[in-house]
Amino acid sequence: MTSTTTTTTATAVDEPPARFLDLVAAEWIKVRSLRSTPWVIVLVTLVVTGVAAARALADYNNFPSYSALTRRDHPFSLGDAFPAEAYLTVMLAAVAVGAIATVSEYGSGLIRTTTVAVPARGAVVLAKAVVQAVLWTVVGSLVALCSFFVAQAILSGRDAAISLGDPNALRAFAASALLAPVCALVGLGLGVLIRHSATTVVAGSFVLLLLPVFFSSRKPLSVTFANAMVRNAWQRLAQIYGTPPEAYNGATVAGSWTVYVLWPLVALALALLVVRRRDV
Amino acid sequence: MIEVSELTKRYGDKTAVDHLSFTVRPGQVTGFLGPNGAGKTTTMRMLLGLDAPTAGTSTIGGVPFRTHPRGLRHVGALLDAQQVHGGRSATAHLGALARGNRIPASRVAEVLAEVGLTEAAGRRIGGFSLGMKQRLGIAAALLGDPPVLMFDEPINGMDPEGVLWVRGLFRRLAAEGRTVFLSSHLMTEMESTADQLVVIGQGRLIAAESVREFAARSTRFSVLVATPQSGELRAVLTAAGASVERHGPPDAARIAVTGLPAERIGALAFEHRIMLHELTNRTASLEEAFMELTAGSVEYLSGDAGKAGQPR
Repeated sequence: MTSTTTTTTATAVDEPPARFLDLVAAEWIKVRSLRSTPWVIVLVTLVVTGVAAARALADYNNFPSYSALTRRDHPFSLGDAFPAEAYLTVMLAAVAVGAIATVSEYGSGLIRTTTVAVPARGAVVLAKAVVQAVLWTVVGSLVALCSFFVAQAILSGRDAAISLGDPNALRAFAASALLAPVCALVGLGLGVLIRHSATTVVAGSFVLLLLPVFFSSRKPLSVTFANAMVRNAWQRLAQIYGTPPEAYNGATVAGSWTVYVLWPLVALALALLVVRRRDV
Repeated sequence: MIEVSELTKRYGDKTAVDHLSFTVRPGQVTGFLGPNGAGKTTTMRMLLGLDAPTAGTSTIGGVPFRTHPRGLRHVGALLDAQQVHGGRSATAHLGALARGNRIPASRVAEVLAEVGLTEAAGRRIGGFSLGMKQRLGIAAALLGDPPVLMFDEPINGMDPEGVLWVRGLFRRLAAEGRTVFLSSHLMTEMESTADQLVVIGQGRLIAAESVREFAARSTRFSVLVATPQSGELRAVLTAAGASVERHGPPDAARIAVTGLPAERIGALAFEHRIMLHELTNRTASLEEAFMELTAGSVEYLSGDAGKAGQPR
């Protein structure tokens, strides 16, 4: 009832407490409302399932010419379900879509509208990360299930199928399903750091797909770097080269899972650090 | 209430905003004027916490805007209408903004109706005209029903009907007790919209006063005289210490006199038996006051404006 009443009504705002889940929901609306999202998902699923089917069909057709030992152990069954070329495609799609989730806002300037609506910049990046992580875990699992079961359905005709409960199969499935969210989060983090669409997608593809090729398997330091690559971690987790440990070049299962955790974690940490300090 | 104090932004050795201080009060429309490159957008971006100032502070409603976890209920802002994703519909764009701020989804249809975009609600923004995007940006600013509204060049790209509508909207928002702050590089736009002006040039404050006070500041107050004996009158007035220049096209016998009041000019003409057809006090338009005051601080001077402008 004092004279301050007028000034307080002009400035005091009736506002519900801020909830992080609202930001996640907002980011989900953004992803859902772009027509490109479902297209990418359908395309990736088709490519991966198609490649797995082709690989399994090749082994199905060549089966009679295999040695008795190969026919008994059918070591190709797991590799047919998770072919490298198919999962390199998954990596490419996921890193690109993850990058676009952040970069498209910088490119159009929408980030300024977003930041005025939500001045808590770090929370926006985290909400985007949650949406991309969940989306790509679902898509990655779907893709991995499709490629696994299509390949096994074909191989079962030669009695060479494996089940998800088989040794290594579940781990290979998990590694293949989680490859997509790992790459999407790396792309998302790079997008915040680089802010330019083409550069981000090229940089993301380079570090995830091309960089592993640069390291030799002979020099110890080079091997350490090679084992720290996401692509190599996936190969260690999803594919079986042979029983002796030297075949894996020192890469361990635990170490490979650590690589899966560290890449997105570092990318996100850098993004959060930078986004708070930089002008939008 | 917007308060800016000693705000400074430097990019390398270039100073975009230079120790700028001003206050924008609620219940009025305040125009933020300056030539292109004067630092208007940079100032607004610092106000909204998008850019960090090199020095100085700015507050909205008493606190730095960036301290709010969610912004739409505090400030509605339209910086650049093109800053949207062309692939989304108007509803999805506003829906995402509303959801993040915990604003009910029903509010989206309300603001779309308010700006006249109900018909276009489901269409992709990429197909919108600039005028429609401006309306969409204004709708986004209104979502949170905020006490403070900021618009950067809101009239760009709008058709005459849109301009009229938006002026009415600004006046109404101010009448509701809100703080309305809008930038423009066109003085004429402000003449019919704003109550108060903040004028800057090269990042420095030139004036912060009411529109009327600002117009009165022009030194180019002159008297228009129409006479068939312009040669004689010219000589008489020049001798009396006035400066005279032809006004309008060469065949029109009108001259603009500065330095002498109208009554003195009339008396001189009477003494020298010079016939007058017209003797009019001419107050400088807001545009002229603006041009004059910012002439020393225009960032990108074109050849033509350079000739017409004042010497530095």
